[in-house]
Amino acid sequence: MADYSAPEIQDDIHVPAVQVGSMAHLKPYPAMEKHMLPLGFPEARLADWQEKGIAKLGEMLKKYRSLQVHLDICVKCGACTDKCHYFLGTQDANNMPVQRADLMRSVYRRYFTTAGKLFPGLVGAKDFDEEMLQQWVTYFHQCSQCRRCSVFCPYGIDTAEVTMAAREIMDAIGVGHKYSTEIISKVHEVGNNLGIPKPALQGTLAFLESDMLENTGHEVRLPLDEAGAEVLLVAPSADFFSEPHIQSLMGYAKVFHQAGIRYTISSVAAEAANFGMFIGSFEQKQKIAKRIREEAEALNVKRIVVGECGHAWRVAYSFWNTLNGPFDFLDPRYPVPQHICEFTYDLLQRGALHMDKEANDGYVVTMHDSCNVARASRMGEHAGGQFEIPRALIRASCHHFVEMDPDTTHERTFCCGGGGGTLTDELMELRIKGAMPRVTALKQVMKRDKVNFMALICAICKAQFSKVLPMYHIPMETVGGVHQLVSNAIQLGVNKGVV
Amino acid sequence: MLTILAYLVVGIFVVGFTQRILLYARSPAPLKIPTTPAPTTTAGVVWRLFTEVVFFNSLFKGDKWAWLGGYLFHGALLLVLIRHLRYFVEPLPPFFAHVQIAGVVAGVAMVGGLGLLLLRRLLIDRVRHVSSPSDYLWLLLLLGIGFSGLVMQFFLRPDIVHIKGAMMGMWSSSQSLPLLTLGDVVFLAHLCMVAVLIVLFPFSKLMHAGGIFFSPTRNQVDNPREKRHVNPWAAGQHTKESTHG
Repeated sequence: MADYSAPEIQDDIHVPAVQVGSMAHLKPYPAMEKHMLPLGFPEARLADWQEKGIAKLGEMLKKYRSLQVHLDICVKCGACTDKCHYFLGTQDANNMPVQRADLMRSVYRRYFTTAGKLFPGLVGAKDFDEEMLQQWVTYFHQCSQCRRCSVFCPYGIDTAEVTMAAREIMDAIGVGHKYSTEIISKVHEVGNNLGIPKPALQGTLAFLESDMLENTGHEVRLPLDEAGAEVLLVAPSADFFSEPHIQSLMGYAKVFHQAGIRYTISSVAAEAANFGMFIGSFEQKQKIAKRIREEAEALNVKRIVVGECGHAWRVAYSFWNTLNGPFDFLDPRYPVPQHICEFTYDLLQRGALHMDKEANDGYVVTMHDSCNVARASRMGEHAGGQFEIPRALIRASCHHFVEMDPDTTHERTFCCGGGGGTLTDELMELRIKGAMPRVTALKQVMKRDKVNFMALICAICKAQFSKVLPMYHIPMETVGGVHQLVSNAIQLGVNKGVV
Repeated sequence: MLTILAYLVVGIFVVGFTQRILLYARSPAPLKIPTTPAPTTTAGVVWRLFTEVVFFNSLFKGDKWAWLGGYLFHGALLLVLIRHLRYFVEPLPPFFAHVQIAGVVAGVAMVGGLGLLLLRRLLIDRVRHVSSPSDYLWLLLLLGIGFSGLVMQFFLRPDIVHIKGAMMGMWSSSQSLPLLTLGDVVFLAHLCMVAVLIVLFPFSKLMHAGGIFFSPTRNQVDNPREKRHVNPWAAGQHTKESTHG
């Protein structure tokens, strides 16, 4: 790996001076022909890409009210300019949300507004030319679609909507991004992002079962493709193979075991992630999510529970019902879908689980809210349940829990730096610098409260922090799932079953 | 002649503004995308939008100086507009006599708020960087309107009857050019700047005034699990469970 230097961590998050082009060099790898074609995109850049791109923008404007309104009504007040983790970490002017969106807004003005057609210089309208396209490639892949800017915008302008539209336009003219298109191709081919075939999955689950038997003395199961189970568990595929994700998977398994609820994992839908969202494609989102619905029907389950994965939860919670609903074949007494945290919390409330907090006495825990959970979805019945329910699980699992700076948690949380399709090695410099705000807040509580564990509920956050925290001299074991804590604390065999 | 111009200005505004709002209203919202935590009921969404429009809630969270400048300006503008009704309403209800002083104070506050916004735009490197010429021109235009209004209020009272006479004379025949006083010129400048603002309104960022009500991140109810939201243009959508949002 190349030599990357992490920014110096200050006592607090300071807003840097603007620099022009400090990240202009960092582009994602272009998509390969074999990954573009199966998704219905041109294999290479079209000869008439300008016309096609502008036409596609026109089409998107007619399809998305968010885009039409958000491109129109920005007043350039600047409230968003210091809110993006990538701007704070890189200083690049185009990583200020308003400037990023303006890469599209300036093209929109040029071709779709009277003012931009007549007086381009006056209103900042620009041609969709080679230089502009290169800026799109660069900076629309330096956005993690985390929506932090939209919290502070007086009109709720959501840069994620603009980034998604930009990526869809680029895909339509044959200028795709390798990381996301490759992963989506794998989902369609094999069923999950990591391209894990069924025998490998089977082997891993069997291994983990024997591991848990050895460690706990209980036959905690990780069933695969068992028709007639009550629950279909859809976890991010990283939960099957990566650390610390696996720890949470075992946590889910123990909760099901202790509750006495039969569940199954599906080899066809062994993936909650939906990178269709990252590339902005409604059709891909729909197609990727569809196999989960089909599996739920084929396996004849009554409920669907989604594992710890941020963007997957957004797609599941906010979009599934629209994409492939209604889910009227499932048990209407439970929300569709249900988050694993809601599932565990419900069991805790009903007294079905017994927790030994001392098991986590070695930890002083804090919580990192993942962006898509915090700002694009909900848990429970009330607004903000997405913050309270995971915290309730943490509090039930350990004695020592502290919050980070409130400007960096709940809906103000900072992205891990690797979300929205940026979790790829060629963007490592961006990922390291983008993690700076979160790392700063984490280091504050590490110093003040001796925090040594940051719990969270997102597979991408886990992967990103495991890789990036060590570059800031923080051990990778500092990060883990909420269900990793649950896994440590849950008492197996005591008053088994739902009461 | 002036009357025709006035109708033309207002006509362009009404048609342009309506067209824009219809465009927003008719654009489909394919997915549920409220910025959460978001209200789970329609009443909650109404309250959310109310706090955004009346208190600039999100902006307050995001940028205190922008909030102060923006709030001063918009609040004062509202009072000034109410005060201006006395030029259009006959007979004047007694209420307007009471807001007279408030309106004058508001005029000063409005210019102060605009000044603050202009200073911010010039002094903060990030805001300066994101500003295009039109962003400054809007502020200067509004400052011009505010200043000319204050000048008439405090220093040079225009004589409306005299202006009208002079204007009519100018258009009607080749009589000797009527003399306009300095106050008259300020008034005409004030009027022209307001006309420019009204005409350009629907074609500019000033559309944030109507657009905010159509921003899906703010106006959607957070209930995607409870109520199926249908994408009107997606293939294979069972449209019978259609919902609004």
